[in-house]
Amino acid sequence: MDLRDLLDQPTSTERAAVDDLLGSAPSGWDGGEITPLDGHVAYGGHEARARRHLLLPALHAVQDAVGSVSKGALGYISTRLTVPPAEAYGVATFYALIDTRPRPATLIHVCDDIVCSRYGAEALKQSIEAEIGTPGATTSVGGSNVGWVPSPCLGQCDRAPAAMVHRAGTGYQNVAPAQLATLTGLQFDELPPGLIHQDRSTLTLLRRIGVVDAGSLDAYRSSGGYETLARAITMGRQDVVTALETSGLRGRGGAAFPIGLKWRGVAEAAGEEKYIIANGDESEPGTFKDRILMEGDPFAVVEAMTIAGFATGATKGFAYVRGEYPVAERRLSGAVDQAREAGLLGADVAGAGFAFDIEIRRGAGAYICGEETALFASIEGLRGEPRQKPPFPTEHGVFGKPTSVNNIETMVAALAVLDMGAEQFAAIGTERSTGPKLFCISGDVARPGLYEVPFGTTLRDLIVLAGGLREGNEVGAVLVGGAAGSFVDGDTLDMELTFEGAAEARTGLGSGAVIVFDETTDFGPVLRRIAQFFRDESCGQCVPCRIGTVRQEEALARLAADRPLGTLTDELGRLDDLAKVMTDASICGLGQTAASAIQSAFRLGLVGAAR
Amino acid sequence: MTMVEEPITIIPARVGGVEVELPLGSTVLDACRRAGADLPTLCYGPTMTAANACRVCVVEVEGSRTLVPSCSRKLEEGMEIRTDSERAMHSRRLVMELLGSASELDRAGPDLERWMRQARAMSGRFGPAEPETPRVPPEPGHHRPPDTASAASVAEPARVEDELYVRDYGRCILCYRCVDACGVEHQNTFAIAVAGRGFDARISTEFDVTLPDSACVYCGNCIAVCPTGALAGKIEWDMREQGTWDESRQEVTRTVCSYCGVGCNLDLHVQDGRIVSVTSPHDHDVTLGNLCIKGRFGWMYVDSGRGV
Ligand SMILES: Cc1cc2nc3c(=O)[nH]c(=O)nc-3n(C[C@H](O)[C@H](O)[C@H](O)COP(=O)(O)O)c2cc1C
Ligand code: SF4
Ligand code: SF4
Ligand code: SF4
Ligand code: FES
Ligand code: FES
Repeated sequence: MDLRDLLDQPTSTERAAVDDLLGSAPSGWDGGEITPLDGHVAYGGHEARARRHLLLPALHAVQDAVGSVSKGALGYISTRLTVPPAEAYGVATFYALIDTRPRPATLIHVCDDIVCSRYGAEALKQSIEAEIGTPGATTSVGGSNVGWVPSPCLGQCDRAPAAMVHRAGTGYQNVAPAQLATLTGLQFDELPPGLIHQDRSTLTLLRRIGVVDAGSLDAYRSSGGYETLARAITMGRQDVVTALETSGLRGRGGAAFPIGLKWRGVAEAAGEEKYIIANGDESEPGTFKDRILMEGDPFAVVEAMTIAGFATGATKGFAYVRGEYPVAERRLSGAVDQAREAGLLGADVAGAGFAFDIEIRRGAGAYICGEETALFASIEGLRGEPRQKPPFPTEHGVFGKPTSVNNIETMVAALAVLDMGAEQFAAIGTERSTGPKLFCISGDVARPGLYEVPFGTTLRDLIVLAGGLREGNEVGAVLVGGAAGSFVDGDTLDMELTFEGAAEARTGLGSGAVIVFDETTDFGPVLRRIAQFFRDESCGQCVPCRIGTVRQEEALARLAADRPLGTLTDELGRLDDLAKVMTDASICGLGQTAASAIQSAFRLGLVGAAR
Repeated sequence: MTMVEEPITIIPARVGGVEVELPLGSTVLDACRRAGADLPTLCYGPTMTAANACRVCVVEVEGSRTLVPSCSRKLEEGMEIRTDSERAMHSRRLVMELLGSASELDRAGPDLERWMRQARAMSGRFGPAEPETPRVPPEPGHHRPPDTASAASVAEPARVEDELYVRDYGRCILCYRCVDACGVEHQNTFAIAVAGRGFDARISTEFDVTLPDSACVYCGNCIAVCPTGALAGKIEWDMREQGTWDESRQEVTRTVCSYCGVGCNLDLHVQDGRIVSVTSPHDHDVTLGNLCIKGRFGWMYVDSGRGV
């Protein structure tokens, strides 16, 4: 490989940020001080290239420290990791939370997604604009340079409007509900995970949230924590996998794949090197369940991952945490450190003779990285582009090795299977949708929040649980499954919340997001925001999604401006044509679902010609 | 010592009801072409691993929920393939329409022209393409709202940075072929990559520095694989701009490059007594279509007044 360094040198702060992560550069070849010896001896090569997976962490390190990644910093990282600068730039420019252009030291990300835009975000954006200027502009507030940008859903929809503030050198903070005064005051308290409105003692998955200290292993243990690992070890690998199969537990991340089959696949795959990934990239608009679990019960995630390692023979786990979830990242890191110190992670877990350890990886503002194959690419230091399946992750996962990717809620539900017993778990819900399930309700209900119910609860009962509609209004429509889901209307409220019930109602449970819109809703802006989301989040790899999402947004904008291209029927036909090619010919689920909510809205007559 | 050759396994499949038999390891595309289907391909090139990006080659495979990219999907025994189902034809047409709505395709060659004509693809149906604007640095996750008058496009001024080749990215369809040619597949230089995300993804050097400032060694191997004319030798690009490029008036002479001892085959394309481009045959076992700066551009010394 023929590498040419960028000419710019890093500043000392940038260099220190990278060296903190990678250790200081051993020789001039790696970007260190050039000594006479370096003219004769070259290190690097294979060993250095094998560190490419540190690319995103290194970009984060610089971004965290100074607020953006300059030419000099990128050049230094490229040299240290032996990554061609063009490729490093390609990776850096893939992520919304990595800036390759200078930006103010404090950047406020203001959510204007589906829920927040209807609950104060528009007013908030206006007042911020009056104070700071347009997105991209910089103003000095109390001696600090401040700017702002709009943001997709920040996973705080139950306390809209939400914001996230990044201060270079200090870190990230979530603010919700956000007000101008708090944002520009730049003083924030750490947010609690969120209110749980149900009686915790009746719950399974949420029983510790807000009750047990999330920062203490002792507290976790005295609330029954790590009893499940002990039970799993007593049962043995085979029986753990069999129990999960018997339980009927299906993945809660969207694809509803049976977890038992997945763990068996990895357990039986050839080779020594295997991985467990807990998918905490949760970026589906309207979804905040995994954040609450990671923030409020992080040891449960660590324990479940450890059991997954035990059952499958994987010795290494990654917890991939969404970049917009700083509290979740801190809590999980703390839990991993404490577990390791207590011998519950490491070379000999709990003295039971197996090795397992966990590394936390932080996302950087890319919805697509929640897709499992894109997630692998992101961990490996590549652009977060999905790839065609087959081959499936259980055979060919991260670093090309057998990998089980499980959603955070799925992980926590796996503990419940082993705690209550597979049969007991399978008895909850319906035959094909077993166990307790989390739903994130937001929008026009009296008590938005996270709710745990048995599968099979009706949509109507769930809405009642959330206090019914605000101000006694009627339901206009409910968006089930987030932006990637579909709308159902007021006539469908008796649908059972199960995988099969959702399919029957022509929607999908997806991530468990349930966004309620009352009868007064103007759905035009909602659909346009969804179209904008997919256009922004497409990775750009395949044509149906890369260009189709643009054309879909353009058509909706023309309809809104009453400037149709041809007749209204032409526009609807065009949208329909786009929906087909995106659904049928896109590589991954992002493109395949980018038209589903919009198509369902037209089908139900929520907007457009049919109304 | 005698070499025992692995027997080649032949597997049967059906394309549109017609039985075909191909060696194990063939692709669905191979099977379709064997059955006589004229399937379009763009990101897939004969000398490279399929990038599986453009999706213009999708077909229907029984049992698969979504359509299947024929170029990169391996043929399986007993597969039932349909190239002419309404779904498959719709998607192939839409992919071509979408590409044509965002990129200038008039130099993409006669094959694409034929495929688009046969599919009745109408690139203009998404509105007039947005006019050329200089490239802005990527801002992933953000974009300007649609202007409701034009269809967003990738049009940008052609980059004429030297006398060797031109990067005319308004013609780029983001097929990844140049990136792969410069990187893992052929050249191992990694001068260019995809930067930005979604519709704003573009082929770029680090921070979009000019080629002379990048790691580029001017091997021109990216030019050789570009399917749309987005990358072209300077002389060819100039002639096309002036309307004087005429392949029917060109003669191709094969010769062996004399700059070093590797023995690369060169095809000299001569129009009106002047060498207008140099290529290397894709099926040449030494080059696979690749050359170095001397082979690809050294002939310019034949014409006076031009220097590297
Ligand atoms: C665009 C896209 C985004 C996704 N995002 C997530 C995510 O944030 N979290 C998640 O668990 N799964 C996500 N998935 C699904 C994953 O690919 C994968 O199916 C899941 O993590 C497997 O875990 P499970 O079996 O426990 O559901 C996403 C899929 C797609 C197509
Ligand atoms: S469907 Fe969209 S997100 Fe998925 S690979 Fe294609 S371009 Fe990327
Ligand atoms: S000319 Fe060669 S080195 Fe330069 S970008 Fe093209 S393939 Fe890479
Ligand atoms: S420049 Fe040519 S080869 Fe490169 S991605 Fe664009 S169309 Fe493909
Ligand atoms: S946090 Fe704003 S929509 Fe979810
Ligand atoms: S030619 Fe098959 S995906 Fe591009």
